Order: sequence, then C-alpha cells, then structure tokens
Amino acid sequence: MALNDFGPPLDVARIKKDFPILDRVVHGKRLVYLDSASSAQKPLPVLDAMQRYYETTHANVHRGVYQIAQEATELYEGARAKVAAFIGAAAPAEVVFTKNATEAVNLVAYTWGRANLGTTDAMVTSEIEHHANFVPWLQLHQEKGTELRFLPLGEDGTLDLDQLDQLLDGAKLLAVTAASNVLGTLPPVRLLADAAHAAGALVLVDGAQYVPHLPTDVREMGADFVAFTGHKMLGPTGIGALWGRRELLESMPPFLTGGEMIRDVRLDGFTTNDVPWKFEAGTPPIAEAVGLGAAVDYLNGLGMSAVRAHEQALTAYAMRALKERYGDDISIHGPPPGSERAGIVSFAYKDVHAHDLSQVLDQAGVCVRAGHHCAKPLMRRLGVTATARASFSVYNDEADVDVLVDAIGQADALFG
Amino acid sequence: MPGLEDLYREIILDHYRNPRNRGELESPPALRAEGFNPLCGDEVVIYLAMGGDVITDLKIAGQGCSISQSSASMMSAAVKGKTLAQARSTIRAFRAMMSLHGQALDGHGDGASGGGGTGAVGPEEDERTGAEVAAAEGVSLGDLEALQGVVKFPVRIKCATLSWHTLAQALDEAEKGAGPD
Ligand SMILES: Cc1ncc(COP(=O)(O)O)c(C=O)c1O
Repeated sequence: MALNDFGPPLDVARIKKDFPILDRVVHGKRLVYLDSASSAQKPLPVLDAMQRYYETTHANVHRGVYQIAQEATELYEGARAKVAAFIGAAAPAEVVFTKNATEAVNLVAYTWGRANLGTTDAMVTSEIEHHANFVPWLQLHQEKGTELRFLPLGEDGTLDLDQLDQLLDGAKLLAVTAASNVLGTLPPVRLLADAAHAAGALVLVDGAQYVPHLPTDVREMGADFVAFTGHKMLGPTGIGALWGRRELLESMPPFLTGGEMIRDVRLDGFTTNDVPWKFEAGTPPIAEAVGLGAAVDYLNGLGMSAVRAHEQALTAYAMRALKERYGDDISIHGPPPGSERAGIVSFAYKDVHAHDLSQVLDQAGVCVRAGHHCAKPLMRRLGVTATARASFSVYNDEADVDVLVDAIGQADALFG
Repeated sequence: MPGLEDLYREIILDHYRNPRNRGELESPPALRAEGFNPLCGDEVVIYLAMGGDVITDLKIAGQGCSISQSSASMMSAAVKGKTLAQARSTIRAFRAMMSLHGQALDGHGDGASGGGGTGAVGPEEDERTGAEVAAAEGVSLGDLEALQGVVKFPVRIKCATLSWHTLAQALDEAEKGAGPD
C-alpha cells in the first residue's frame, strides 16, 4: 500500500493527552499500558459522551413519547448506524448490540446453531481461537453431536491450510478469528470464507482483535457473521456487537426473550420484533452504545488506515528492539512482523515464568498480560502454560516500547 | 508500598530453583489430585502415598510461576511423613497465614480451582496469624513463613494456594479410602 493511502500518520503525543489514565503514576513510574488486546483505555470524547448522555438525555429507549426518550432513542440508534458504517454493513439493522464479543458468538451458537446443526453436520474452527469462539461450538458439539474440526496451527504461527478443503467438506459452519489474541496472526479471512462458501458452509468471524485495529469491511471479508467487542476499541465495557447478513438474522429464532424483542404477546404465544431488536431483549446498554459511537467517531477521526500503519510499525519496532537487546534470551511467538501480524507480541524471557515477568514489569509501571489469554488449546499446542503479552493501541509509541525493553532485564536480579 | 523483595524472598527462589519432592508416583496405588488456576493456566498434580494415616511419600508435578512452584515445594516438605491430622493442621496454619480464615482451603467440597475471592475476607472470628495457628495446632510452618509477603500481592495469593487446594482434595480422597471411623 502506498504511504499516502494511510492519511496523515498518528500524532501519538497529542493522542496520549486524550487518555486521562495515561497520566497515572504507579510504583512511582509513568503508566505504560501495553495490554490493549485485553481491554483498551478510553479517550475523553468517549467519557464525555457517556457523562453528557446521563446528565442531559437519559431515558429508556423505544418506549417514551416524551422529548428526552426520543433523544435517547436517537442516540442509541445513531450509535448503531455509526458502528454499521464503521464495519461496512449494508444497513444498521444488521448490527445487533450485545454485551460483548462472547455474547455475540453465543447468540449465533444458540439460535442459528441449535436450529441448523445436527448429528450428521460438521463445524470447522481453528487451533488459535479464543475460548469465546471455541467453547460455544464445543458445547454445541457435546449437545448435538455435531462434528467439530480444527484448522491446525502451522510452524510459522499462521494457520496451516493444507487440509482446508477436506476439513470443510460437509461442514455447515466455519468459525474463525480474524486476528489471534495470542500470536497476532491475521488469517486470510477472505480466502477462508470463499472456500467455506464453496463447500456450503456459513462463516462466522471473530473480529474482537481485528475491528479495533484494521480497516474493516464485513462484506469484503466475505463473512456471514462478525463478532466484536466495544471495550477493545476504545469504547466502554458492557457493549459489543454481532453483525450478520440481514436475511440470516431474519431467519434465526430469537435468543434471550422478554421485553423489547417482541412484536406482540398473547397468553398463548408471541411474535418477534424486527431485526436487530429481535435479539435485544430487555433494556439495552444505552450509555455504553453512546460511548461506543463516540469511540467509532474517535477512530474515524484518526483514520483506520493510519491506525493500522502506526500499530504495524510499532510492532515491528518492538520485535526488533526485543531481539536486539536480548537475542536468544527472548523468544517471540507468532508470525514475523508485517502485513500478516496484528499489534500483539507474546514472548518468553529466558525461563522466567510469565507471571513473575509481569510482576517485575509492573514495578516499572508496565502493564502486560501474563497467562493463557483464554486460549488454552493454543497454549497446549505451543507447549507452554503461559506467555507474557504486550499489545499496542493508538496511544502507544516507541518510548513505551523502550520502557518495556529496559524493564525485562530487571528480572535477572531475581531469576537470572 | 510493598516491593518485589517482600514477594520474592531468597528461600522462595531457592525452592523454585530446586523444587523438593518433584516427580510422580505410580497411581494407583498412590492417590492423584490435579489443580488448575483458571486465571493463569498454572497446573499442579499431587501424588500421595499413604501408609495407614501417614503420608509416607508425596510427589509434585505440573508447571507454574515461582510462587506456585515454591509453595508446592515447601508444602511437600512440610507434610511428608506427617499424619493426615497434622497435614490438615498445617493447611489451617497456612490458610491463616494467607489471611484466608473464612475460606474452605482444607477440602471437604472446596473445588481446587474455585473462583471468587482473592483472600480479602471480612471480619472473621478467627483472626489469628499463621504462626499462632501453627503453634496451637502443634505444627511448624518453617520455610513456609517466607510466603507471608504474598498477602500484600492479592492477585498472587491464588498462585500460593493452588497446591494447597489440591492437597486438600487429595486428603479428602485419602480419608474416603481409609473409611469412616
Ligand atoms: C480474539 C478474541 N475473541 C473474543 C474475545 C472476547 O471478548 P469479550 O471478552 O469482550 O467478549 C477476546 C477478548 O479477549 C479476544 O481476544
């Protein structure tokens, strides 16, 4: 991609000022937040939008006739439209608000999955999935006897696609991540989706680590469903989304039932509301939707191509700096830096356990994740129980990486 | 503010580098219990050989951080050769040291990987320190006292207690095997 496709590069010094939490000092050190893959920090426009909503507009949505109820409904539905545009959906109605990505995947497993999958069918997922895009299918397998197959992890941290066609043969669903939260791998989703469709399978994409970091067009991806989560994209917790092709969403039975999702209820039955409300039972997370809409505005303001260019360059810088400083004492999981890797770097230092390493890093003000990252099948496959993981967002810069690199060596004093 | 030296005492690092009673026992006859820390993926497997109500041998396998591994190592040294009752006493003393008075670390239905609190329990009828409980129960915590500092790092308490939950499970099994008396 030519440089000018990216738009202006990110002005990280200015961006940092939008994130109040980055002013914090922990253990006497500047907070260096490198755990955005777990949950991202929130910029002032998101915080302000939610505060303003509560101070001026809060009322329940889709109910009141009065002014502020109408305004609240417009804000809520406006947020849906923003999210829909952000991911290239054909219409806002294709975006169902959920609690998070996990609920979005479960929605499909419980509704479409239970209505369409049986003993003689098969589902395909991969060895690099987050539990959120794995356990719901495992559960379906256990309940319905639907066969569950796996795209294996290849040697280089990418998916091994040698058996793709055989694995998809007879499958009704391919559920795959667009970005691994452990390895940073960016599987070739379009290619996988085309192969799945050719085999007659639908495609669910876990976009939790993709949508926040790369320009996303769900139709270009070739997906049928995409799940993602607000708190990883600078938005609040408590809101995520399922995008689905409209006719699919319309064909699916409801998920949770109760208020909001119905059209009519009699003593002996009910009819469901139109999509997307059919899947939004009960009072939704209104302020959170407003916050997510503001997060989308913020990311659009930066430009997603510029966001990706920044994070890709920073990831390459980090991987290079770690190797230059520590050589063979550091091992980094996943593919090499470049267009096939997201801003996620899982690593091991000597034989220091990830917990101990992140405890040492904490003393330097550095926040990294240590553990199995909700991907135990992958960890078993890698032959480790835990890794340390640094992950990047728009507010990180090379100085943050330098603090990380310097701090790692401090483990030697205890574990050297 | 607690520093790393409160957590990583020399004796802890020694048990981490040179774990005692590491290995496996053939099971059966040995009892085997597994524990997982669902938060971080640490795993511990305990093998227990019983002679009457005495723990004649005990081995520990699994993987984990310095705190979970050293705690398991020290625990093995503390309970090997002891009776079931003494092992239970040691668990109670350790639990007190971890400020987990109210929590069922001594087995009887307490799942090894149980979720929930990190040890910050409210006012308790039993506010004694680990050393006080140990003295009252007639057991010694010995090296285990070094783990005291973990209390200041609440997220690491689960690392320290993993092997103890697992031991408690194994003791439950051992008691079942011994039959009611
Ligand atoms: C790849 C991936 N999928 C799904 C999820 C689940 O997101 P949430 O916990 O917000 O449902 C995560 C979060 O860690 C993730 O990294």
